[in-house]
Amino acid sequence: MKFGVIVFPGSNCDHDAYHVISKHVGQPVDFIWHRDTDLGGYDAVIIPGGFSYGDYLRVGALARFSPVMNSVKEFAARGNLVLGICNGFQILCEAGLLPGALMRNRGLHFICEHVNVRVESADGPFTHELKPGSILRMPIAHADGNYVCDDATFDELRRDDRIIFRYCDPNGELTDGANPNGSRDHIAGICNRERNVMGLMPHPERACEDLLGSSDGRDVFRSLAGTLAAAA
Amino acid sequence: MKAKVFVTLKASVLDPQGKAIKHSIELLGFEGISDIRQGKYFEIAIDGALSEQQARDEAVRMARDVLSNPIIEDFRVEIES
Repeated sequence: MKFGVIVFPGSNCDHDAYHVISKHVGQPVDFIWHRDTDLGGYDAVIIPGGFSYGDYLRVGALARFSPVMNSVKEFAARGNLVLGICNGFQILCEAGLLPGALMRNRGLHFICEHVNVRVESADGPFTHELKPGSILRMPIAHADGNYVCDDATFDELRRDDRIIFRYCDPNGELTDGANPNGSRDHIAGICNRERNVMGLMPHPERACEDLLGSSDGRDVFRSLAGTLAAAA
Repeated sequence: MKAKVFVTLKASVLDPQGKAIKHSIELLGFEGISDIRQGKYFEIAIDGALSEQQARDEAVRMARDVLSNPIIEDFRVEIES
């Protein structure tokens, strides 16, 4: 199984993702420059966090026009796995691969801290190794993580069990204080209809070593690798 | 010719930046402000070979496909010859 990590000008969690895939998942991984268009040979693609194009215009807006994104769309349409983390989630929303948008945090501040998220759905390639209701501790680092969508989209996300993670307190409760950015219904991560594209604001790739404060993020990558191993 | 594109948040979308700006302005002593919404403004210089209608159509496409995100924003285009 082979992974690709897309690199835009301004990506800054690309090396973290690469490190986790090579060291913890133990699989081959390449950096893919945003001008490349050949995703042949890859089984999963990660769109990492960072500040692609300096967040100019809107977060994720200009990355959508990079040549690689057409390839990512085709890659996803063929059922391959695409994981967008933080800025990657923002890019997937701008590109229309995931519904909704990520706006400025409710409190306007850039927030960099560990948060708790509750696993809402274990139905899918990124969380099937996790237990619904379990709590993961992962860092967030963003100014624009406030998830918004219209009522029709929200109803669809809920009906189809496509809300994968919600921000919660240490006991798993959805208290207002546990919602760091004002996201609708505490949404921290969602997937597409086909469930092969997931975006989330927290950083599982930065939560894979106890030394860094949490290793809960490993479960996400274990699920991802397990899905690919089962398909191979 | 110049196209002016105004991008504004949809009425249904909260604007915390606008709220913070309103608060600061009120601290200066301004009164009677019921709301402030922040938006974006673009000036696009367009080749004079296009008719005004063509320039408007092009600017609308740019606004729809790039300059705004239709999920959260509306836009308005003005053409200045």
